[in-house]
Amino acid sequence: AAMELPPSHYPAARAAALATSYLCYRRGGPGRGLALRDVRRARRQDIDGVGHKYHLELVLEDVLDKDSTVNCTAEVLYHLGNKHIAPDVQFTIEGELKNTNEADNIFYNRIKSLEKELVAENIPDSHGNVSPELEPIHLLAWVASGYVIWQNSTENTKFQLAHVKHVKQVKRSDEYLEFDYTILLHEMVSQEIIPWQMTVLWHPRHGVRVTQASRQPKH
Amino acid sequence: MKVLVLLAALVAAVAATETFVGHQVLRIVPTNDEDLQKVQELQDLEELQLDFWLAPRGVGHPVDVRVPFPSLQPLKAHLESNGISYSIMIEDVQALVDDEQMEMLRERRWLPLSTNTFNYATYHSLDEIYAFMDLLVAENSHLVSKIEIGRSTENRPIYVLKFSKGGTNRPAIWIDTGIHSREWVTQASGVWFAKKIVQDHENDEGLASVLDKMDIFLEIVTNPDGFAFTQTKNRMWRKTRSKHSNSICVGVDPNRNWDAGFGGSGASGNPCSETYHGPYANSEPEVKAIVDFVKSHGNIKAFISIHSYSQLLLYPYGYTTTPVPDQKELHEISKKAVAALSSLYGTKYKYGSIITTIYKASGGTIDWTYEQGIKYSFTFELRDTGRYGFLLPAKEIVPTAQETWLALMVIMQYTVEHPY
Repeated sequence: AAMELPPSHYPAARAAALATSYLCYRRGGPGRGLALRDVRRARRQDIDGVGHKYHLELVLEDVLDKDSTVNCTAEVLYHLGNKHIAPDVQFTIEGELKNTNEADNIFYNRIKSLEKELVAENIPDSHGNVSPELEPIHLLAWVASGYVIWQNSTENTKFQLAHVKHVKQVKRSDEYLEFDYTILLHEMVSQEIIPWQMTVLWHPRHGVRVTQASRQPKH
Repeated sequence: MKVLVLLAALVAAVAATETFVGHQVLRIVPTNDEDLQKVQELQDLEELQLDFWLAPRGVGHPVDVRVPFPSLQPLKAHLESNGISYSIMIEDVQALVDDEQMEMLRERRWLPLSTNTFNYATYHSLDEIYAFMDLLVAENSHLVSKIEIGRSTENRPIYVLKFSKGGTNRPAIWIDTGIHSREWVTQASGVWFAKKIVQDHENDEGLASVLDKMDIFLEIVTNPDGFAFTQTKNRMWRKTRSKHSNSICVGVDPNRNWDAGFGGSGASGNPCSETYHGPYANSEPEVKAIVDFVKSHGNIKAFISIHSYSQLLLYPYGYTTTPVPDQKELHEISKKAVAALSSLYGTKYKYGSIITTIYKASGGTIDWTYEQGIKYSFTFELRDTGRYGFLLPAKEIVPTAQETWLALMVIMQYTVEHPY
């Protein structure tokens, strides 16, 4: 028995944000980011002894091409219990996402051919500026933060990436690119700004993977 | 361009009063009494026009002297023939003066001469915004005045701009931006709104009819201490900068400090929390200043407090699930306001009461203003929805302000058409 939820109310909004973050992590990369454009419909199912399951109909937009949108259905299951387990998220994207092979390969080759490991910080700056060469690095952080957000979300949280404090490339002998990020997450309900460290792997054909993430002390 | 020419002329004018072209600064170190005496004698040779930066003090102490161009050769010849050694400390004094002028210009960052040359598409410092306010008042003193409603914890003046076509204590609309200092697009939008009111107050029918009957109060930097802190120390600072209790943590959330459900759930009692409500309601001078103003004015009919981000238009309550008596009307106004906002760039907004739309929040601004009898109490959460969040690119300031203005006009016009 699923209860219809007003799409503009926060329970649907939080579940939708989580689903989007997860989905962005699974499908995104330095050349593709997906953001939530709209919540079309939301229902909630309370499953005894298990948790709360949200059924969502979402509209997503391509952050690099705002006019490009796709529809998506998602299911988010928040588990009951004191021990925090990451929510289960399933999704289906209607239609195809734009092919980003060319941009991905250009970025991949650019980083692979750097003599010195890439190091950057303060992305965006205070005025919201991101230099063009660092756009893929910023987008990769945003996509990868989806993993951290997914792992740490509950019905009482709504996370967004607020800032990339620092990023350092780690040279690898295999084909992957590796970046060590220090990011700030903004948690909407508590309004806290939380530093997080994450190790991100990426390859044009294998997608994004966060191999390590740890919450950092506030200061 | 015009300003550059003017400035060049000014620099030339200043420099023309005294120029140091070809001047050098020499350093002489007298190694014995004879040298010292000879150097001391130089001070009496007025025709050389020597300028001693370090006067002769004793044997072994350096003597620095600026030498005008015509005196250079004679002086050097004199020193050499007396066996007094010297070194050239500054080869070209004028070059140094020129460099310094350029540095000073660069540091001053071009204070605009009018609100027409002010750059609305960039973020500004507190000083720049305060200077803008004074310029706006000076240019439009028949319409705009500046009121100091109080002082912040760090003793910064808190200013409100009053837009009025006359009358005494007319019913009024209040708009504030920047109560949470990290929400930079709001203060920037406030600046734009101020200019917009001045630009449109005669030729725009809607605004003209609002100002015919009502005054507008606009507080652009509602939390100046926090704002200064975001510029210098921590871009993500939200709260005020007060220190209460023995905690090492600083600041109170000014949007949890109002006397409406104060201290209840929806705010934190922990001074280190971003939603710390403070030791008691109105403990924050930034909040008290507005409370005192609203109470003593007594005739405010609409109150709009502006935040970012999330793209929401909200009405009370935040502290309780009980709907406000005017819920239906506020919901309808919100619907119209959001439609107007979206009409410009397609920006999607959601709307509803605070507690159903974002979260439970106690001690909030518009809960208090509503309970004071200000029926049309609204909060905006401006762009974006999280892609940049608080770090909204400057190029989005003007589009954000433009679309938000359309929503504000709906609320203001509705207020003037529905007196109560």
